[in-house]
Amino acid sequence: MTETFHHWGLTYEWSWFLATIIGILVIALPLMLAVAMIIYAERKIWAAMALRRGPNVVGPWGLLQSFADGLKVFLKETIIPTSANKGLFLIAPIVTFTVALIVWAVVPFAPGVVLANVNVGLLYILAASSLGVYGVIVAGWASNSKYPFFSALRAAAQMVSYEVSIGFVLITVVLWAGSFNLSAIVLQQKGHVLGLLNGFGFNPLLFPMWVVFFISSMAETFRTPFDLVEAESELVAGHQTEYSSMSFALFWLGEYANVILMCALNAILFWGGWMPPIDWAPLYSFFFTPELTGLFWLFAKMTFFFFCFGWVKATVPRYRYDQLMRLGWKIFLPLSLLFVILVSGWLMFTRYGGAGA
Amino acid sequence: MIASIAFYLFATLTIAPALAVIFARNPVHSVLWLIVAFFNSAGLMLLLGAEFIAMLVVIVYVGAVAVLFLFVVMMLDIDFASLRSGFTRNLPFGIIIALVLLAEIIIAVSAWQAGPALSGHNVAATTQPNIVALGQLLYSRYLFPFEIAGLILLVAMVGAIVLTHRRRHDTRPQKVWKQVARRPDEAVKVLDPGVGEGMKL
Repeated sequence: MTETFHHWGLTYEWSWFLATIIGILVIALPLMLAVAMIIYAERKIWAAMALRRGPNVVGPWGLLQSFADGLKVFLKETIIPTSANKGLFLIAPIVTFTVALIVWAVVPFAPGVVLANVNVGLLYILAASSLGVYGVIVAGWASNSKYPFFSALRAAAQMVSYEVSIGFVLITVVLWAGSFNLSAIVLQQKGHVLGLLNGFGFNPLLFPMWVVFFISSMAETFRTPFDLVEAESELVAGHQTEYSSMSFALFWLGEYANVILMCALNAILFWGGWMPPIDWAPLYSFFFTPELTGLFWLFAKMTFFFFCFGWVKATVPRYRYDQLMRLGWKIFLPLSLLFVILVSGWLMFTRYGGAGA
Repeated sequence: MIASIAFYLFATLTIAPALAVIFARNPVHSVLWLIVAFFNSAGLMLLLGAEFIAMLVVIVYVGAVAVLFLFVVMMLDIDFASLRSGFTRNLPFGIIIALVLLAEIIIAVSAWQAGPALSGHNVAATTQPNIVALGQLLYSRYLFPFEIAGLILLVAMVGAIVLTHRRRHDTRPQKVWKQVARRPDEAVKVLDPGVGEGMKL
């Protein structure tokens, strides 16, 4: 696209600038729409699992429910508690929302379709997701209220704990793929097992790591069974207790954008991203073009993982806080460390010619 | 041009928050300004082409170290009056430290062209990604210092745990393995007491 604008007479730098802005909008706006639809889908999933109907009044089959909720929230008054720290109180939801959006810059949607094809893509995602915790901490502190503050403390400890094991899981993937670039990681999974199955997840050495990653990604996005940050029975609504109207909505949008991102990461890092699960040529381009087929496969996988997230939320009871910490530090951390050693040892023997090399 | 705009943006946003760290009255605000400064210094690294270092700054400093700072500072009950009371008493010592730091900065800035490694020129861009280049150096030429640094950090971690760990005897923590290993026949006892005899537990 940069070339097109350049061709129209803009200088190269400004055409790059314009093309990037358009690229950002092309990702961010459908993402917001996706969040609205996915909240509806999730409520339907929970309803089905609880033998209820779920939203079915606004629009056909209740499809417009999220937009109605959005409109309601948008029209309400933003209430700022008198003793809150005003500036920080308003910045916190913005931070959550922004961080949830910037991560998408490096996600490869289809072959060659990525906004920023940087070679530290995975580190960028780690960095951006570690920023996410500030939204919660700052919200909790600036509200100047007890429950949000407890929630902030829980959020900080939980995020830092699970980021450790996520880091080690990512290291095993990076070791196998030999790159931090997400597009390269996807391409490395082509015919990974027996030259037939696309995806590191089919590899018996990496499958346990996917399980760890999947559970950690729930903890990282504060989803049930790890939603102690906003446990209703203990903390009202956690860090969102004092928030109203759009500032509340921004938390929700950011949270769900993060959930979708984690689904995308599960697909990209372990299940072949935009590639079909089986390495068979017609599957790569049966849907008009290879790009659209790639999008189809990625979205199919993301939807599946999102269904799993909803499934877990509907069925698994909440962890207690000490159990959460135990799982993170005493089980996931040693397990992922062990697998880093196993994977690097295996690669040392098979790929780099033994320990002597 | 965009590169220079970005440079001045990041530079301003590093220095101004760094000043705000010192001048902010609220310690939590100070930590948050520090985070802003860290984040923008990562941006400067990025402009220099050191993308790996930039990401590490964000992951390590912003994502872990500053979270812990914030964690501690938020929970401290700081009494500002007692903090300020020592101001005049410690002023001479503070001025000395400030002068030493100033001298260091002046020496460092005036010698920025001195070293053999940089000599004022930009490092030539290579086709190698940062991480590959760093890894090759760390695991060949600097292998020994690298391993020693790792060992020292491990010792520090173990030391911190040993120093702060205390075994409490008045708690009854959950033993998950015990719960998992429990079987119905050892947990439930079926009794049939006669009338008027009651239960013996």
